[in-house]
Amino acid sequence: MNALKKYLGIVWIGLALLCGYYGLTALGLPKLVSGKTEDLVFGIIIVFVLMPLIVGGLLTFGIYALRGEYADEE
Amino acid sequence: MVTDPQTTHPTSTRSLISIIGASSLGTLIEWYDFYIFGSLATVLATKFFPDTNPTAAFLSTLATFAAGFVVRPFGALFFGRLGDMIGRKYTFMVTLLLMGGATFAIGLIPGYATIGFLAPLLVLILRLLQGLALGGEYGGAATYVAEHAPANRRGFWTSWIQITATAGLFISLIVILITRTSMSPEAFDDWGWRVPFWLSIIMVFVSYLIRRNMHESPLFAKAKAEGKTSKNPLKDSLGNKYNFKFVLLALFGATMGQGVVWYTGQFYAMSFIKTVCNVDALQSDQLMSVALLMGTPFFVVFGWLSDIIGRKYIMMFGMLVAILSYRPIYEQMYQTTQLTNREEVPELMTVKSVTVNDPASPGGSITTKTITHQYLDGTQVADVTKEKTTAGSAADAPPPTLKKTVKLNDSDRWTLIWLVFIQVIFVTLVYGPIAAFLVEMFPVNIRYTSMSLPYHIGNGVFGGLLPAVATYLATQAKTANTAAEAAGTVLPFAAPYLEGLWYPIIVAGVSFVIGMVYISNRKLVNE
Repeated sequence: MNALKKYLGIVWIGLALLCGYYGLTALGLPKLVSGKTEDLVFGIIIVFVLMPLIVGGLLTFGIYALRGEYADEE
Repeated sequence: MVTDPQTTHPTSTRSLISIIGASSLGTLIEWYDFYIFGSLATVLATKFFPDTNPTAAFLSTLATFAAGFVVRPFGALFFGRLGDMIGRKYTFMVTLLLMGGATFAIGLIPGYATIGFLAPLLVLILRLLQGLALGGEYGGAATYVAEHAPANRRGFWTSWIQITATAGLFISLIVILITRTSMSPEAFDDWGWRVPFWLSIIMVFVSYLIRRNMHESPLFAKAKAEGKTSKNPLKDSLGNKYNFKFVLLALFGATMGQGVVWYTGQFYAMSFIKTVCNVDALQSDQLMSVALLMGTPFFVVFGWLSDIIGRKYIMMFGMLVAILSYRPIYEQMYQTTQLTNREEVPELMTVKSVTVNDPASPGGSITTKTITHQYLDGTQVADVTKEKTTAGSAADAPPPTLKKTVKLNDSDRWTLIWLVFIQVIFVTLVYGPIAAFLVEMFPVNIRYTSMSLPYHIGNGVFGGLLPAVATYLATQAKTANTAAEAAGTVLPFAAPYLEGLWYPIIVAGVSFVIGMVYISNRKLVNE
């Protein structure tokens, strides 16, 4: 189980990067440049709140997992 | 974390009941305050945002709604820090008064037609204050109750705090329902929507009087007397790697999935019934209220069960069944409200037309034409067309708007109630044990800060953005289908109205895997 926890860290890091890429290119940036006010608010929330939380948080979580920080203590 | 020592606490059951009663009442009122804004979103959109485009106005309110959720984590940090330094009791008294004041003030703001952009600006500021207050309240109440309860019954006792979120929504719907039905639709639209906001100040005052006489949490008081409270809770909670990794685990392995399951079951369901299924607003509120009322006792059931079999498996089971059943449930909800296979009774069709002066356009008028269709099974459909005429040329007038409203027969109404009830059960599975789970993850000196942050990011950010993200996904799918139809190609989405569900399904799916792999089911108890 500890090995699984550790190697899944790579998945979380990959997922964080994938979320960051699609979150910005497909969801956030098109909203920011659409020119509509309601899109701008949504875009700001996606780019400056949701994405940093998902990418930063999940990336850190993945790194901790990969380093074995979540391994069960014997 | 330390292993459960099965400690018992000296607090008697009778005083625990009064502690929980006082704490829960205040938290319930805060949830009520927070939810009336969301429950009245469609009315508020027409009052505080430019109404040239109804969708834009609605999305603006959703954005404000999201803003209310986004600031919650900041409230968690600000008030969590205070709660860990000066005490739980004083902190959640401040949050209560802040919330009550902001809610009451929203009810006083003149509309956009009267004071222009100042109106939405003031609403936004007050909404942000509400978010800050809520960010501080929940962690304080959950911590306060948990620190009074025996360690082996924390799930049961804290589940009463968990009830308040759904009960707050339920009461907000009931108050709106009573207000709506006790006056004409015109009066409600004119000033009646303000009444639920005004009522808040009375409820907050009563709760303040009750909470004023409460004592500080015994565990915090003991830590304070021994000089063991944190001097810098933010640094000790988030700057300390050992603790921070549990904050991340709580967020990604539990509260993120719990947040989207909660908001899907309680808010997306309501929005789907009203805006996608076009069910009459009053009937939607009624059926949501019944489903919430039926499901609410299960918070306590699953909180109690988590004391026996552990928190993890109950929460994970809730996420799994939600992930697997959302699409079939929403497909069934959609099909239940469609008019195919229903036989209309043409002779019962009525047409009503009313023309009034347009207050926003001197010399102009608004004509509302309502065609009501009656079906053999008791279903009623109203097609309401609103057409504006201006004093100038006809070309200046905006295009007419058409709104279809369905009033379901009893059988279909109950089908929807059961389908929402099932979703509320998912909510109780994931939400019932979570306060005890979070409290036990962190030590007393930084508990308020540490548990509040993942809770409010999970619920506020991941959950709170659900309506906006899901609406966006469904709209994109609908647009793609329209384009494909125009081009004469195969439609890319068979059921575009279900596309919004991918957001909660994916988020809960990731949370489920993380929770199953990384969270232990052992009762992990920090005293």
